[in-house]
Amino acid sequence: MLEITEGSHAVAEAVGYCRPQVIAAYPITPQTHIVEALAEMVADCKIDAEYITVESEFSALSACLGASATGSRVYSATTSQGLALMFEVCFNCAGMRLPVVMSIVNRSLGAPLSIWNDQQDSISLRDSGWLQLYAEDNQEATDLHYLAYRVAEDHRILLPAFVCFDGFILSHTYEPVDMLTQEQADAYLPPFKPYQRLDAADPISFGLFASPDYYMEFRYAIDQALDMARSVIPEAGKEFYELFGRDYSGLVEAYRLDDADTAIVAMGSICGTTKDAIDEMRDAGKKVGLLKLRCFRPFPSIEVKKALDGVSTVAVLDKNISLGAKGAVALEVKDALYGSQIPVHDYIIALGGRDVRKRDIAAVVSKAEAGEGDIFYGLRQEVLK
Amino acid sequence: MAMGLGCTARPGRSREYKTGTWRVFRPAFDREKCTSCGMCRIICPEGCIAEDEEGKPVPDYDYCKGCGLCAEECPAEAVEMKKEEK
Repeated sequence: MLEITEGSHAVAEAVGYCRPQVIAAYPITPQTHIVEALAEMVADCKIDAEYITVESEFSALSACLGASATGSRVYSATTSQGLALMFEVCFNCAGMRLPVVMSIVNRSLGAPLSIWNDQQDSISLRDSGWLQLYAEDNQEATDLHYLAYRVAEDHRILLPAFVCFDGFILSHTYEPVDMLTQEQADAYLPPFKPYQRLDAADPISFGLFASPDYYMEFRYAIDQALDMARSVIPEAGKEFYELFGRDYSGLVEAYRLDDADTAIVAMGSICGTTKDAIDEMRDAGKKVGLLKLRCFRPFPSIEVKKALDGVSTVAVLDKNISLGAKGAVALEVKDALYGSQIPVHDYIIALGGRDVRKRDIAAVVSKAEAGEGDIFYGLRQEVLK
Repeated sequence: MAMGLGCTARPGRSREYKTGTWRVFRPAFDREKCTSCGMCRIICPEGCIAEDEEGKPVPDYDYCKGCGLCAEECPAEAVEMKKEEK
């Protein structure tokens, strides 16, 4: 049923339909509305979940880790500094192979303090072993939560997952969202079947000490599971499409890319603006297309290479910066295209919530065509003085 | 793999981990000098010194890490740390 609703509330409703058994989260802008709504749903007995109030994000994810190890379906949400505080627990969730699902309402990291959007927070956890999915709009942000649980809990994967969507731009925006019913959600997402769990009657310990003779093999196993996700995500996306008609079977999604000379690569809500900018550029005779990345971990290298085959220039929009190097997305795209002659230009853009308009996308395309790349786009020289 | 997915294991597995392999110096107990005071047994941080009927020390070299506290504390100087021959 189509609802006009705030992004955060749409996500909270969808999370409720996923039937989480334990929710632990700590409020932080711009994620607060999600956990507020879920706390209300628990208090009103609309969902049968244990809501654990905690004193920090570290505790929130630690509670989720423990609850997941007991065999419960768990949920958390955070952003920015909150995610930074979870750093250690993030690695532990992945290492213990616990399918925690967490919404990341993307926000920049301090200092300087900024509550506005970029994707630095989740990108900075790219090496933690979590799956990372990025949503373009609130419909996708909502649907990806069902998908994330399906994939994370799959016994071929057993890894935690971030569902990332842009703070304020999506989380605080009202959009029409086609909401599944509880019955539909149940049809897609069966109850969690733990692979192994904490049980006093049959004791087991998680995440033990591994000497140098063992450690590497555990890291390899996580990497293998992420590799397996390259086929399990499309599988789960295809089934979602067959049931509900919205197609998430691709790790990437192409927009007007078939005959494009210049390809833009981007993640998240900026893809919407980019599509509109591409339509205008196409009307003016410029052959520009978009490759949207829905999945950043695992990185869909083969799909990226295939999709960009035949373009003459690539412009990557990075809402993050791996300081001292380049944007994280561009680094991956360059790796995927290694050996081809296609130039990849990186544009660090929209950090800390700086607005991106259609004319900015057009300006980036002009720069890419002129071979001017690997820059911070839109720097204000008067601030730098 | 010796450990399960997520680095899991059944309880009691640390018994199977013979920390005695860490040892560089092995305590040798001199039964003649020993006064059966029991200090070495009390002081051993690994709890791996037992006593026989006469109160003399019976070390468990599977878990003795060779820390040398027994030799340091023995009032009768009946414990000598000898380089481990493997």
